[in-house]
Amino acid sequence: MTKAPPVNKTPLDKRSRELRCQIIRMLQKGGRGHVGSAFSLVEMLRVLYDDVLRFDPKNPRSPQRDRFILSKGHGCLALYVLLAEKGFFPEAELWKFCKPDGMLGGHPEYGKVPGIEASTGSLGHGLPIGVGFALNAKCSKANYRTFVICSDGESNEGSLWEAALCASKHKLSDLTVLVDYNKQQSYSTTYEVLDLEPYADKWRAFGFAVEEVDGHDVAQIRAACKRLPLEPGKPSAIICHTIKGKGISFVENNLNWHHKNKVSDDEVKNLLAELEVKE
Amino acid sequence: MRKTCLDMVYELAKRDERIVFIGSDLGVGTLKQFKAEMPERFLMEGVSEANVVGMAAGMALEGKIVYVNTIATFLTRRCFEQVALDLCLHKANVRLIGNGGGVVYAPLGPTHEAIEDVAIFRALPRMTIIAVADAEEMKRMMPKTVDHAGPIYIRLGKGGDPVVTNSNLPFEINKAFPMREGADALIVSTGIMLKAALDAATALAGAGIEAAVLHAPVIKPFDQETFLELARPVPVVVSVEEHSIIGGLGSAIAEILAESDFDSPKRFRRVGLPDAFPDQYGSQASLLKRYDVTAEHLVSVVQTLAKTKAVPA
Repeated sequence: MTKAPPVNKTPLDKRSRELRCQIIRMLQKGGRGHVGSAFSLVEMLRVLYDDVLRFDPKNPRSPQRDRFILSKGHGCLALYVLLAEKGFFPEAELWKFCKPDGMLGGHPEYGKVPGIEASTGSLGHGLPIGVGFALNAKCSKANYRTFVICSDGESNEGSLWEAALCASKHKLSDLTVLVDYNKQQSYSTTYEVLDLEPYADKWRAFGFAVEEVDGHDVAQIRAACKRLPLEPGKPSAIICHTIKGKGISFVENNLNWHHKNKVSDDEVKNLLAELEVKE
Repeated sequence: MRKTCLDMVYELAKRDERIVFIGSDLGVGTLKQFKAEMPERFLMEGVSEANVVGMAAGMALEGKIVYVNTIATFLTRRCFEQVALDLCLHKANVRLIGNGGGVVYAPLGPTHEAIEDVAIFRALPRMTIIAVADAEEMKRMMPKTVDHAGPIYIRLGKGGDPVVTNSNLPFEINKAFPMREGADALIVSTGIMLKAALDAATALAGAGIEAAVLHAPVIKPFDQETFLELARPVPVVVSVEEHSIIGGLGSAIAEILAESDFDSPKRFRRVGLPDAFPDQYGSQASLLKRYDVTAEHLVSVVQTLAKTKAVPA
């Protein structure tokens, strides 16, 4: 069994803090959202969209694009911020989050939001769909790659492990799973609700090549992604050790911030204050 | 019709490179030729229906037309959410071929008897549900599934079902087909129950009651227009299906009848399986007999209704 690396305590850089500020502004406008879940995967998404994925926001269905599925759809606040920043849709859409006239809802929807490859929200769906994408690439000899971000709580779902078996059977080396392993789910810790350990070994046992990284250290995530596929002939799993609510002291590992309703202006002020951004 | 269905998938796949077949853990030798000739488009993915439906959706979103085959109960009950979200929500071009619609698997018991498959799929937006009468109709139906937009559930009978349709009949995935005329009653059937409906109509004619027969292989979207055209002139309407009387063809018809403003009232009954898990083994035929889903029972139901006087308003 591999011991989990400690999570880096170094402060977030300016870009990571700016992305979180945008998330908070969305939260303020929408009045609700999965804050903690979004904050734990900001660096994972940032690396994917800054350094890894091939995409063309002007032609979001370009056949050459890499496919990305946020299987933990409830982390979508972070994804929306990045998609807007990259030009998939105007930033103004962010401020209509969860509004009747907005296209961005509490879970991402395929066909509604440019850049979203699959509707997620119910857990355990993204990896099977991603396996379909990757298998299609293999049998059609297309050269796109497929990336799926799953959550640790999502790993309670049997369908995720069915898909893992299938990915390894077909040697889908162009499929990469990134797991946001923040060790918290809605009710409590993953250890208490349904322990996943030895987690990395489980992925190995299911035929994946595995690397564990500090999920808030962009250099570590980037380096792992540069080495893809981690082993020839195997799908890859990058287990990102993260902190739920990363970046804000009173949100970190605080399950009351898993999903937040009725966020007050004072709370928004306090959130932004911690990120040292003056409004 | 089961063999014809899979043979057709093979024939269609030879002509269309978009077509992919995924089985769960089917019988040894299934589609052997398909596997030998087009191995990259033949997948057998194990007893993992949730993943199979999800990956089928993924392939369909990439432009493939995916035919998925396993036992009907596992495609409908087991992975209902995958069907709802991965297929229907995404408008994925996946065709679910369900073996053993109804009580085909009578000897295997309730775990394998698809008695409510139509009901639960009928509630899904964008789902199309087809239950053909025989192998002949299967041959005419399958080519229509290739370019149809969105998911389709193809409910299979036992195989070797008597052939009651013919190659001159049309098939469209939005139509019901009048099979017999009659001014006294209308029997509406789906799947293999067409034979029971036709047999009943013949017997009724001998007793002086002329029953029209409407065959509705496409249960959703149901051809309301043709149904109403045939239902309007007759006083008696009876549905027959190898399915629970809750949520299937009979319910679809009841909903339409209840909301139609006929000049004169209709007398209507559903013939189908009761709201119960079958409590005997035996055979498909013995269970259908036990639950009165037979031509004989249809005759008696239509006769009784035809004799019933309308209650004055």
